Amino acid sequence: MHRTTITQARELLHSKKLSSVQLTEAVFARIDAVEDKVKAYAHLMREKALEQAKDADVKIAKGEELPLLGVPIALKDLICTQGSRTTCASKILDQFVAPYNAMVVNQLNAAGAVIVGKTNMDEFAMGSSNENSSQHPTMNPWALDRVPGGSSGGSAAAVAAHECIAALGSDTGGSIRQPAAFCGVTGLKPTYGRVSRFGLVAFASSLDQIGPITKSVADAATLLNVIGGKDIQDSTSANVPLPDFTQALNQDVKGMKLGIPKEYFTGGMQPEVEKAVQEGIRTLESLGMQTVEVSLPHLDYAVAAYYIIACAEASTNLSRYDGVKYGYRSSKSDNLVNMYENTREEGFGEEVKRRIILGTFVLSSGYYDAYYLKGQQVRTLIKQDFENALEKCDVIAAPVTPYPAFKIGEKMDDPLQMYLADIYTISANLAGIPAMSIPCGFVGGENLPVGLQLMGKHFDEESLIAVGHKFQQATHFHTQQAPV
Amino acid sequence: MDIEHLAKLARLKLTDAEKEKFSNQMGTIIEYIEKLGELDTKNVEPTANVLGLSNVFREDVVTEPLTNQVPINDSPAHSKGHYEVPKII
Repeated sequence: MHRTTITQARELLHSKKLSSVQLTEAVFARIDAVEDKVKAYAHLMREKALEQAKDADVKIAKGEELPLLGVPIALKDLICTQGSRTTCASKILDQFVAPYNAMVVNQLNAAGAVIVGKTNMDEFAMGSSNENSSQHPTMNPWALDRVPGGSSGGSAAAVAAHECIAALGSDTGGSIRQPAAFCGVTGLKPTYGRVSRFGLVAFASSLDQIGPITKSVADAATLLNVIGGKDIQDSTSANVPLPDFTQALNQDVKGMKLGIPKEYFTGGMQPEVEKAVQEGIRTLESLGMQTVEVSLPHLDYAVAAYYIIACAEASTNLSRYDGVKYGYRSSKSDNLVNMYENTREEGFGEEVKRRIILGTFVLSSGYYDAYYLKGQQVRTLIKQDFENALEKCDVIAAPVTPYPAFKIGEKMDDPLQMYLADIYTISANLAGIPAMSIPCGFVGGENLPVGLQLMGKHFDEESLIAVGHKFQQATHFHTQQAPV
Repeated sequence: MDIEHLAKLARLKLTDAEKEKFSNQMGTIIEYIEKLGELDTKNVEPTANVLGLSNVFREDVVTEPLTNQVPINDSPAHSKGHYEVPKII
């Protein structure tokens, strides 16, 4: 039962073949069976979830129709949940209980969802491997000695290991798409502004976006219907019409133009990964899409611009953790300034400190123009690249990662190498466009999943959903089961 | 790069081991991000928000706010509805 998609679960629930309590109990039984190995969760919300499931069953019995009624969903642990901890996998927020729900949590509640628990992540979403969690690393359900990716690695691993039916993650530079690719699941980063960030703990506010991690594109469409929309509590959420994304599942892709950015295919990928991505593109051609070559000439500068902007924003956003208002406070202090310093030294992990230092540097007097302003100008160039490319095509196809999931510990000593792993995903955040990762193959003796990335125009998630869904109707990569 | 100065600006008290490690790693990272200098951006406008939003207004409607006590309860040290901090002066 825990292996169902949202679509399947809804059918079973509404035809009364299964109750939400049964489904929720099955998910918790699965968690009890595999969580020791996978460690996808930061903490569970078992009692509350079972209450929500009982409520859902009452509503189903009354004939109520809600898009996620009775469906168990997991949340990355930087999405605020009133009355339950929101830790961001950081010691500094270890005991933090938010006084309100994130907008997406209110939307999930209104849609009847059952919240299973909060998933593990890289501390404050800074990382590509989930090894930066203050609690424990998460393991990849396809190979337990490998990382699930990050920073939404817990959400992706929980979906791949069927420890929930679907999950929400957040994506600042690839943090939904990269773990989705590593774990063989579907991950959608919506357009910047599509989903309210109210109650999402901020990392880099101009890049962060919440999105679904699911077992299918159809499920991603269902979840996006629930979490999308303008929210007056987030002034950067966009006032644009919210379509019914599930309608795009019926859309034909014949004659649609698929842009292939030549800069993504210059030998930077492992050959097997490139082969899987190329085969994915051939599949889309066989479905009637017409490929055209496009150019994104500033790809090589994306990682540099990203780390300047993201770290600058992070260093200011994380100044709020001062030991006064919430979270952890060091007990070793005798005055205010060393209370700040000790609290932050003891409360933050290494990667977070590294990024605060880098962000402080690029914003500091004398360096602002050379780094921060320059980074924002290069961001403009990258955004223009996508605007130009997307005039020639409807959707861009690209790899998600240069290689499949790497071994735990393999890249921890070299932060720059870890940052460069994000090369293919970062540009979509800088440009603010929607982007999705779907499974397109398996490589190596360990059968590790590979993702195909689809990127589209601002607020055109529908084209990604249409193309992704047709791909999944024609292939079986997304239905393969992780061995755990 | 003066790590100690940056740590002071960021209110981080780094250990000696962290200072040394970060200095080396920052050197490599800064060298990498300096490749942006290859690009001519003289007449390029910076992008802060991809949607081009500036001021966003809403109706000034009275709603039920959180009481003062709700956020203060989250503080690691508070008494009588106030935050407690170590001595400042």
